[in-house]
Amino acid sequence: MIPVMEREVLLRAEGLYRWYGERCAVAGLDLELARGDVLGLLGPNGAGKTTTLHMLTGNLAPSAGRVTVAGHDLLDAPRAAKAAIGYLPEQPPLYRELTVGEYLRYCARLNGIARARVGEAVRRAMARCGLEGMERRLIGNLSKGYQQRVGIAQAIIHVPPVVILDEPTVGLDPIQIREIRELVRELGRDHAVILSTHILPEVQMVCSRVEIIHRGRIVWSAAMDALERELAAGALLVRLARPPAPEALAGIPGVEAVEPLGEGRFRLRHAAGASPAEAVAEAAVRGGWGLLELTPERRSLEQVFVELTTAEEPGARREAA
Amino acid sequence: MGVVWTIAARELRSLFLSPLAWTVLGVVQLILAYLFLAQLDSYMQFAAQLALLENAPGVTDIVVSPVIGDAAVVLLLASPLVTMRLLAEERRARTLPLLYTAPVSMTEIVAGKYLGVMGFMLVLVGLIALMPLSLLAGGSLDLGKLAAGLLGLTLVLGAFAAAGLFMSSLTAQPVVAAVSTFGLLLLVWIIDWAGASREGLGDALARLSLLRHYENLVKGIVSTADLAYYLLFILFFLGLAVRRLDAERMGG
Repeated sequence: MIPVMEREVLLRAEGLYRWYGERCAVAGLDLELARGDVLGLLGPNGAGKTTTLHMLTGNLAPSAGRVTVAGHDLLDAPRAAKAAIGYLPEQPPLYRELTVGEYLRYCARLNGIARARVGEAVRRAMARCGLEGMERRLIGNLSKGYQQRVGIAQAIIHVPPVVILDEPTVGLDPIQIREIRELVRELGRDHAVILSTHILPEVQMVCSRVEIIHRGRIVWSAAMDALERELAAGALLVRLARPPAPEALAGIPGVEAVEPLGEGRFRLRHAAGASPAEAVAEAAVRGGWGLLELTPERRSLEQVFVELTTAEEPGARREAA
Repeated sequence: MGVVWTIAARELRSLFLSPLAWTVLGVVQLILAYLFLAQLDSYMQFAAQLALLENAPGVTDIVVSPVIGDAAVVLLLASPLVTMRLLAEERRARTLPLLYTAPVSMTEIVAGKYLGVMGFMLVLVGLIALMPLSLLAGGSLDLGKLAAGLLGLTLVLGAFAAAGLFMSSLTAQPVVAAVSTFGLLLLVWIIDWAGASREGLGDALARLSLLRHYENLVKGIVSTADLAYYLLFILFFLGLAVRRLDAERMGG
């Protein structure tokens, strides 16, 4: 047995509810985040992502439920809890009339960094976000990519254990996106990060865990490596003009299960990374089954996402997280 | 407490980085300089006759007090423009999450914003004070009366700023904040116009009026009642602003 690693839980939300009048934006959401986690929060527009993040960061009071950050209750000890959070909202909260240096010094002071250590904190945050040499530039004159970096620098300036980023790569060019993703991955090493996004490949690239949020609840939650395994464990779709009995197909080496789909179509399940496509083709030629189609079926995160978020009544499904 | 000064310093800095603050300073100074010179001119005309009178009003009564009195009216128009952006602009530009996510209480946010804008108001008072003080070059002034007047002006501006900060906390549009601040201030300024004929009501309304309490101070009378009125006025509106920010967090 591998010893269970000590998980240092930094952010915990229990039974979060948020009502806007009659409308329920977040309904009973639970969340747990440990050091080293990069949690990808996925969801269609209006799913309650931003409301959730607002509640986790103390910008919005939940109608019910509680949030604990690094052991401090956000309601009972807001000062200690908020000191442990860095937040980049969807729109970076920048003062356009200030220079990058002035702005970051202000953020550092706001987050309670002692005057003597402000310069050091600003230098470090700027170096981490690739802002060297920009100290004297006016924020209003920066490109969107650099403004986004200043926004991230603001979120990590006090080295908070929990960093929450709401769509940090929106509107950036591909190179900037790569740099920001690299930065997020790096942050994940010694912080706990929540990354809200609706760019699915981004989640696959950067995150260690995925949760899909729909209609204010978590409808799907999985660790990234478990997800990779599930997605890779594939199937072949075949269409045959003269299909044999399913048993004949099941006899082909490498095929684990056969699902007839009607009209000569079959789904052949196989182990991850061991596609029996070649054997199937050979068997089809030998048996004269008339092979019309042979396609590997790959479930993508996108498929999972679409299935879950377009279903009428999504049944909550949880997997090993 | 340190964070309050941080917020105040940022506020003051942003104010002076916008052309609005400089324009307000310039325009107010121009108008008051004109009033000051006009007042001084009429004093010069009557100076000879006044010298013959026993117990005649001095230059402080004829020049300085009226200018300080009028300054409050000019600033009643100008101060909503200075205070309108305090919170409304942050809400419009979506920079409030920066303050809400930081380990800072709503009271500290409001106090910081208020102190920041009061820094600007003190600059205004300082500039206005320079005009009467320039008379010291050629004569003497009743410095006590001048000090009382300037204290009154500072308190009136403090009241204007508190009301403006509250109005700014209500909206995401600075112009709306400016208009409603102006409306509120004007109403409280002239509230004693009504009910003058009725004995009890007129008296009560006069006690509420910003103007009545100011008049005393400009005349050189510093009484605890007037000071208490301004302090309560300021604390009342700052309290409302804190409540408003809290409610926003609760209500969304």
